[in-house]
Amino acid sequence: MLDNLKDFASHFFVTGDPLIYGADVAIGLTMAAIIFVLFYFKKWGWLWREWLTTVDHKKIGIMYIIASLLMLFRGGVDALLMRAQLALPNIHFLQSEHYNEIFTTHGTIMILFMAMPLMFGLFNIAVPLQIGARDVAYPFLNALSFWMFFFGAMLFNLSFVIGGSPAAGWLAYPPLSELTTSPGVGENFYIWGIQLSGVGSLASGINFTVTILKMRTKGMKLMDMPLFSWSVLASCLTILLAFPVLTVTLALLFIDRFAGAHFFTMLHGGNPMMYVNLIWMWGHPEVYIVVLPAFGIYSEVVSTFSKKKIFGYKSMVFSLMIISVLGYFTWVHHFFTMGASANVNAFFAITTMAIAIPTGVKIFNWLFTMFRGRIRITQPMLWTLAFIPTFLVGGATGVMLAVAPADYQYHNSYFLIAHFHQTLIGGVVFGYLAGLYYWWPKMFGFKLNVKLGLWAFWLWNIGFYVCFMPQYALGFMGMTRRVYTYGWDMGWAPLNLISSIGAVFMGIGFIFQVWQILYSIKYGERDTTGDPWDGHTLEWSIPSPAPEYNFAVLPEVKGRDDFWRRKEEGLDNKIKEKDLKPIHMPKNSGIPFIMSAFWFVAGFGFTFGWTWMIVIGLAGVAGCMLARSFSKNNDYYIPVEQIRKTESKYGRLV
Amino acid sequence: MSQAISHSNDNHEHHEDLSILGFWIFLVTDVLLFGTLFATFMVLRTHFDGGPTGKELFEAPGYITETFLLLTSSFTSGLATLALHKGKVNQLIGWLIITALLGMGFVGLEINEFSNMIAEGATISRSAFLSAFFTLVGTHGLHVSVGLVWMISIMIQLKTDGITSVMKRKVTMISLYWHFLDVVWIFLLTIVYLMGVM
Ligand code: HEM
Ligand SMILES: [Cu+2]
Repeated sequence: MLDNLKDFASHFFVTGDPLIYGADVAIGLTMAAIIFVLFYFKKWGWLWREWLTTVDHKKIGIMYIIASLLMLFRGGVDALLMRAQLALPNIHFLQSEHYNEIFTTHGTIMILFMAMPLMFGLFNIAVPLQIGARDVAYPFLNALSFWMFFFGAMLFNLSFVIGGSPAAGWLAYPPLSELTTSPGVGENFYIWGIQLSGVGSLASGINFTVTILKMRTKGMKLMDMPLFSWSVLASCLTILLAFPVLTVTLALLFIDRFAGAHFFTMLHGGNPMMYVNLIWMWGHPEVYIVVLPAFGIYSEVVSTFSKKKIFGYKSMVFSLMIISVLGYFTWVHHFFTMGASANVNAFFAITTMAIAIPTGVKIFNWLFTMFRGRIRITQPMLWTLAFIPTFLVGGATGVMLAVAPADYQYHNSYFLIAHFHQTLIGGVVFGYLAGLYYWWPKMFGFKLNVKLGLWAFWLWNIGFYVCFMPQYALGFMGMTRRVYTYGWDMGWAPLNLISSIGAVFMGIGFIFQVWQILYSIKYGERDTTGDPWDGHTLEWSIPSPAPEYNFAVLPEVKGRDDFWRRKEEGLDNKIKEKDLKPIHMPKNSGIPFIMSAFWFVAGFGFTFGWTWMIVIGLAGVAGCMLARSFSKNNDYYIPVEQIRKTESKYGRLV
Repeated sequence: MSQAISHSNDNHEHHEDLSILGFWIFLVTDVLLFGTLFATFMVLRTHFDGGPTGKELFEAPGYITETFLLLTSSFTSGLATLALHKGKVNQLIGWLIITALLGMGFVGLEINEFSNMIAEGATISRSAFLSAFFTLVGTHGLHVSVGLVWMISIMIQLKTDGITSVMKRKVTMISLYWHFLDVVWIFLLTIVYLMGVM
């Protein structure tokens, strides 16, 4: 009995690595501390009522952002571990298997559990306010999306201490990810972690598409929408078309592993290259899903801080849409070496290069907007300015990779690693950080400290170039990706050391940002006007942070940048008391949280192949769905009296 | 107060319309889901690996009866929608019951078909063709089964609530869903079964 238990535990828990024991202790202590604080300050009720059951898009946005910053931390620690291992030749810091696990979790976490939720966080914070809506189209579904992401991310991260991490790369190519070559539960964690959060992403895609199409305030035509909202629409349409493919692809891989099917195996007629095609049919659009909203943020920031309307609005919209469509026809550039015919490769090379055109249009438009503008160098603007040269280089190396014959040389080398980090960090991360600095006062009612922010900015930027420029050269020198160590005779040592130093710089930059946030909570400049940046769009016309109903009276707009127009015409944003009406709001609900927790249980069961647990999980999910279907009175009215009180507190009532 | 109430009714209608739009978009994503499965099936449909082929496995009486049941149920769900617009609850529930029974017949036959195949040794792990077959057809069957549970829950709610704007929306959605599954089946019938036995 005891031996059985011991045997089980030694498989169930990850053992044998001091790094992991350290993490076990750290996780245990953090959990204990959180639970203690909650008990000690009697905060359980508050946590449940205000956060776990909320359907308010602003709070959901904040939860997304907190979760994604935690994931950025985890992904960043992974990155630093890898860079430590590669800093010098023949280091024995990580074993090869451990290195495989770390690049896999790093890549997966950064894209699916950091970039995606940070993006959804910004959608939630900004879109309803920008288009003058009281909430998203489906607030309940919005909460469900968040909790599905959250529990998916938890499931994935659990693999670190229980059962073992996936180690077949962030896209889990078969046959390596099949049962015969990856017999552990790691790949199952990977599949179910992504499946759960993927369902959430798909639901968010539907939610924001309908929100933007149907919930715009009176007078706001599509072509009057702020460019961030346009970019969200482009991104969501891409989600709708790409994510079902991901769902199917991962499901098929799981059926292979779980039921012994032969979709992607080497035997019995399976075809691994089919997986590679399918996963990139999602994977390439995915990079546009995350970068388009960043483009939207740059547009808002550039226009606001140049005190000009955006140059070439229509061409901006058009480029967004072209990029999102073209993004579907480039996937083969990830495996020109597959051996498809020259014609096929030529087609995908040309479509890939073609994307540079609308992207170039956008860059020129941003530059022309700044041209002769009254530029203010604020933190959001700094990150935007840093983005432009970074993305230019990233784009140029992308076009180099798109040259199919040449790609036979660069493929899977450090040149590629440098290229995609250049676009993902320089494009996506810088963009979202710009957005975070930009909307932070709207979320919390205070600005982030500038001095600490400048430290973070320069550390990130210098660190970025120091880290990734040497990697282009390393690629040319023959260093391939996913190698866990190398010898002195390769001549790669100096550049790798420099690269690792750059990574440390970025790590310190991140620490400065955490410090900046903590410092600003206490000492940050308060925003009492609701319009700290002299903004152009509707979100700046209401108090910071926005009241739960956003707009006491829904605004009626007359065109683009309407709030700016009103300020130019000398109109204020006061509200007449007689215009107040009761406001229809959705009630909080615990179902999204509970249902996602049951999905987590089911996912865990699938991971370990425990039927009883799968049954409990799925039954719980079904029960939650029925409970929601049968529930009534899911909404209520905020009485005029309460609105009057809130608005006069902000001094907005006449 | 009366103003507040009429106001609230407006809001409800608006919300129900929004939900139906969202449901249409969901169906689009479901089309893509099936599209991906169909594409996979097309790639693998000849990968028999020396195992049984479609020609040897598929039995006409089975899939023709399934088609008949599902098509008829689509028709009866249409009749249910008609009863909905006429505001006749009992008729509506009646047609939904018939639809659900036909749907159950369909699922039953499919389970029977699958178990016969498995008994003959044509399992999901026999060949890539069979993997693709069971997954594609099974996914459709799973959709129908989920639809059945949903339909029953709607019938219970109709019994207690009658025809409200919320119930109108729900009936509209389930019948959209049901027609959608019917269309998917037509493709299944053509590509999997008819092309398989040819
Ligand atoms: C913050 C600084 C970062 C550093 C220092 C860093 C470093 C690294 C390193 C060393 C690798 C492994 C290369 C190899 O041996 O093959 C890697 C892979 C990867 N990184 Fe990063 N990274 C960073 C940020 C990011 C971000 C922000 C993203 C995405 C949004 C990202 C996405 C990826 C992906 C997808 C892979 C490929 C994983 C795989 O091979 O399966 N990284 N990164
Ligand atoms: Cu690509």
